[in-house]
Amino acid sequence: MKIYLDYAATTPVAPEVREEMKSYFSQKYGNPSSLHTPGQEAKEATEKARAQVAKLINAEPEEIIFTSCATESNNTVLKGVLKPGDHLIISQIEHPCIIEASKYLEKQGVEITRLPVNEEGFVNTKDVENAIKSNTKLVSVMHGNNIIGTVQPIAEIGRICKEREVLYHTDAVQTLQYTPIDVHKMGIDFLTASAHKIYGPKGVGCLYIRKGIRVEPLVHGGGQESGFRSGTENVTGIVGFGKAAELCLKKLKTEPKRISKLRDYLIEGILKNVPDSSLTGPKERLPHNAHFTFKFIEGEALLLRLNEKGIYASTGSACSSKSLEPSPVLLAIGLKHMDAHGSLRMTLGRDTTKEQIDYVLKELPNCVEDLRKISPFRR
Amino acid sequence: MYNKKVMERFKNPKNLKEMKEPDAIGKIGNIHCGDVMWCFIKIEENKKGERIIKDISIKTFGCVAAMSTSDVLCDLVRGKSIKESLNIKDNDIIMELGELPVRKIHCSLLAVDALGEAIYNYLLKSGLPIPSSLKQKHERIKNNLEIINKRQNY
Ligand SMILES: Cc1ncc(COP(=O)(O)O)c(C=O)c1O
Ligand code: FES
Repeated sequence: MKIYLDYAATTPVAPEVREEMKSYFSQKYGNPSSLHTPGQEAKEATEKARAQVAKLINAEPEEIIFTSCATESNNTVLKGVLKPGDHLIISQIEHPCIIEASKYLEKQGVEITRLPVNEEGFVNTKDVENAIKSNTKLVSVMHGNNIIGTVQPIAEIGRICKEREVLYHTDAVQTLQYTPIDVHKMGIDFLTASAHKIYGPKGVGCLYIRKGIRVEPLVHGGGQESGFRSGTENVTGIVGFGKAAELCLKKLKTEPKRISKLRDYLIEGILKNVPDSSLTGPKERLPHNAHFTFKFIEGEALLLRLNEKGIYASTGSACSSKSLEPSPVLLAIGLKHMDAHGSLRMTLGRDTTKEQIDYVLKELPNCVEDLRKISPFRR
Repeated sequence: MYNKKVMERFKNPKNLKEMKEPDAIGKIGNIHCGDVMWCFIKIEENKKGERIIKDISIKTFGCVAAMSTSDVLCDLVRGKSIKESLNIKDNDIIMELGELPVRKIHCSLLAVDALGEAIYNYLLKSGLPIPSSLKQKHERIKNNLEIINKRQNY
């Protein structure tokens, strides 16, 4: 059996999406900037996709710009909005692209506040309010967390930002397909999304920029994407992104429910069948996210033991990271180093079935026990 | 990320287990990622009066690289004299495995350190002279363990 439980890392391209993209490789290959028929055909395709993506978050099509990935979108907002002397507020559990971009900006003279989170990963909206100062330009607090699945109160944060007249950006990469988003009602000025997390292709992202806001582009050139992002559009990818967004909207009523039921079944089974295991993160979380800590063992070893069984998961353990530090998200919610060591994330998706979860519940306890036998903390 | 040899060791380790009544135990902590490793040894005297590592096993709280390198080290030193064993370097282990990802090189040092610590404890317990290099190593390992304990150990 092959059981992919890493949908938060990336998703397969949906068959409908692939079908839609097919003709944009070698048949309809025009450049959207060209005035001839093939060019205009490509232009039409990107505009259709723009509308499809916009609809998912209740934005106007012209408020969507396509980028190469969510990382680029996040970098565009931070680096395009903030100047030396400005103040930026983020949370401690943002994706590394926000964390690293903020470190870069700090060196350029931007002032940064990194808000702590509680043991469930929630930012306190009072902290947001208190952190806003006269030079605060932007607040960037993500919607759904990729590691532990915490969904932040973004509408409340958006409201506070409107009231205090600062811009609000949210990284909605993980939530797009699970939580209805309305950029107007939620007071969102910038929103980041990525195609490959919602069954679209890799290498396409987008950034919603509220009408009327100026952002200095990251990439200068021929002025594509209304001047916000130069470079010939990835038409094939954009077409796929549009279709993927349309599908998500269609499935928004049923899929989150189906997945969270399976996920709860997984959580219940693991906690029951594996001694000294615990759920990491909030009670209420993104439907597809489950994150555990298994005492006495290390996550990378567990991940590769599971890999042997055809189960594909992820870990935030120090040994698995380039920095040899545990996932900062796990430390921010107060996990001890030793507990973060035994972190395992499983994220479910469209192809996940109950049979697959049953298989995991059968195999995972053995893998854990196997490693515990050789751990010094267990005899 | 890991080559076949490393994965083979990880899948079927022979030496990663508890030992009943060891002559000495070496416990170390890894300053980088927080791994903890225990090395168990049994010592025997041969006809020439040399002390030999008759048996060795390791338990680890570490990653795939830590497990594979520990398993290799046990095979490398079993039957060797204490003196010979102390000459084994992390590079010998890596040579045996072919290669390790660069950021995992430190894991191979762990097993070597754990063995050194076990030998240190054995010599101390037996009232035998301890080489000064081993003493220095012991001091470094002790400091590392303290730092790790401060990072909220079990
Ligand atoms: C919350 C979040 N933001 C940003 C990213 C980066 O996405 P991309 O791979 O499109 O750059 C990811 C995915 O890793 C993510 O989960
Ligand atoms: S034991 Fe932590 S990186 Fe190998």
